[in-house]
Amino acid sequence: MSKQESINKEVFEEKEYSILNLGPTHPATHGIFQNVLKMDGEIIKEATPTIGYIHRAFEKLAEHRPYAQITPITDRLNYCSSPINNMGWYMTVEKLLGAKIPKRAEYHRVIIMELSRIADHIICNSVIGVDTGAMTGFLYIFQWREKIYEIFEEICGARLTTNIGRIGGFDQEWNKKTWDLIDTFLKEFPKGLQEFANLLERNKIFMDRTINCGPITAEMALSYSFVGPNLRAAGVDYDVRVMNPYSSYEDFTFTVPVGTSGDTYDRFMVRQHEMWQSLSIIEQAIKKMPEGAMHADLPDFFLPPKEQVYNNMEALIYHFKIVMGETDIPKGEVYHCVEGGNGELGFYLISDGGRTPFRLHFRRPCFIYYQAYPEMVKGIMLSDAILTMSSMNVIAGELDA
Amino acid sequence: MEELLNKVNEKLKEHFHGDIESAEMLYDFPVFTIQKDRIHDVLKFLKEDEELNFHFLTDLCGMQTADEKQLGVIYHLHNMPKNFRIRVKTFFDINKPEIATATDLWPAANWMERETYDFFGVKFKGHPNLKRILNMDEMDIFPMRKEYPLEDQSRTDKNDSMFGR
Repeated sequence: MSKQESINKEVFEEKEYSILNLGPTHPATHGIFQNVLKMDGEIIKEATPTIGYIHRAFEKLAEHRPYAQITPITDRLNYCSSPINNMGWYMTVEKLLGAKIPKRAEYHRVIIMELSRIADHIICNSVIGVDTGAMTGFLYIFQWREKIYEIFEEICGARLTTNIGRIGGFDQEWNKKTWDLIDTFLKEFPKGLQEFANLLERNKIFMDRTINCGPITAEMALSYSFVGPNLRAAGVDYDVRVMNPYSSYEDFTFTVPVGTSGDTYDRFMVRQHEMWQSLSIIEQAIKKMPEGAMHADLPDFFLPPKEQVYNNMEALIYHFKIVMGETDIPKGEVYHCVEGGNGELGFYLISDGGRTPFRLHFRRPCFIYYQAYPEMVKGIMLSDAILTMSSMNVIAGELDA
Repeated sequence: MEELLNKVNEKLKEHFHGDIESAEMLYDFPVFTIQKDRIHDVLKFLKEDEELNFHFLTDLCGMQTADEKQLGVIYHLHNMPKNFRIRVKTFFDINKPEIATATDLWPAANWMERETYDFFGVKFKGHPNLKRILNMDEMDIFPMRKEYPLEDQSRTDKNDSMFGR
């Protein structure tokens, strides 16, 4: 090669990318999932998510368990708001059985579900704060989740994986301490939430950090089957509680907050406003609480009182049949969905008349919308990607099932 | 809901005469069973027809029939403005589990189809990245098929016929 030629030759420098492993166990991912990121400096060029690290074969397990024993499985889907999963499962079975649930039980369910929605949103929103560097809000608001767990504990004895209630309603009336705890919570939580809101909602640093971070358009959100707060932040007012009211949600007045740009700030704000709405729903439910039974007339699913089991043949038979899972179930297939912390949580149940479901499929909102994540973080900074993930509220338990 | 069933049924009959195997109401859901070869056309029609406008893919999952000879794929579709929901099913031979992908209609179908492949071994033709998603890549079975038991069968401390199916 002559000197002239080598000068004219175009200098071609291959761009070097670095590959970064984000996860599987990294504090910033808030769960066990891995993202293999192709990085150009601090900009993400490509993300490849790997999931399934805590897959526990729930659908296979469910095919081998009587209906009542499936409830603990649903606890472990979105473990930030287990009661909603429990109730969704009960309602699916009740739909299959054609059971009529007394209003009083349904109102109690609404209180539980809204409390757990608040607990879910508290975690998500305060963690968004932590990821932007605001630890204070998290420390202040987190004690309110504790208070909600105390209420759950009083009702069912468990805190995180609740297994709360029964197919058909509740096992017993709530005691006075539960109501006292709920009253105190309703009285004091607004102050705490307002304090949290004051810290972040109009905070210049927080707004600069979250506005236009990981936005998604309404069209794209719909095509990726987004639901819940993430879809509403993009401007689509889809809420299962309003669209297909279940458990007497039609009796309550509440608004469905929507965002406009679908970015992290909108997702945060939608959740903030939903907490206020949930509070108002709980207050309405307590005010309008009807009289009546706490449980539907379903002797096949409702354990008889212990003293009857010891003294009465009928009760003993029912007790044995329920515990051993020897209950007649109608054939059929139902789909039921509830508005979980992350949106439409669906249960598709096929029964062949056996004591266990023939097929049970969980429509897990996280699993479906997390696949949009690589597209959402393309071309943005790594630190924004972390923020986008926490604002999507991807819960590993629900993701992997 | 009956009305919706009839309306969708009429429209489908008009365009896909003979490809609809059944149309029925199951609880509160209109359910359609479609011939496997036409499933993509039917889904596309349901999505793009202006009146029906089933633009939202709520759910996609697999199942195996009770005789264990067939696999099925079940789609739940939703028309949000009118709040219509329908379920579309299709069944095919377990030895030739091939079906057209829906990823070109809904990007959301991507992972749901991967999940269905992972657990039932349904091969979605035209899927951009059909590989296992929740199980490990080395797995050589499709665990949700009924032929695979839940637990190690050499266990003697549990009699499955007494507990569960």
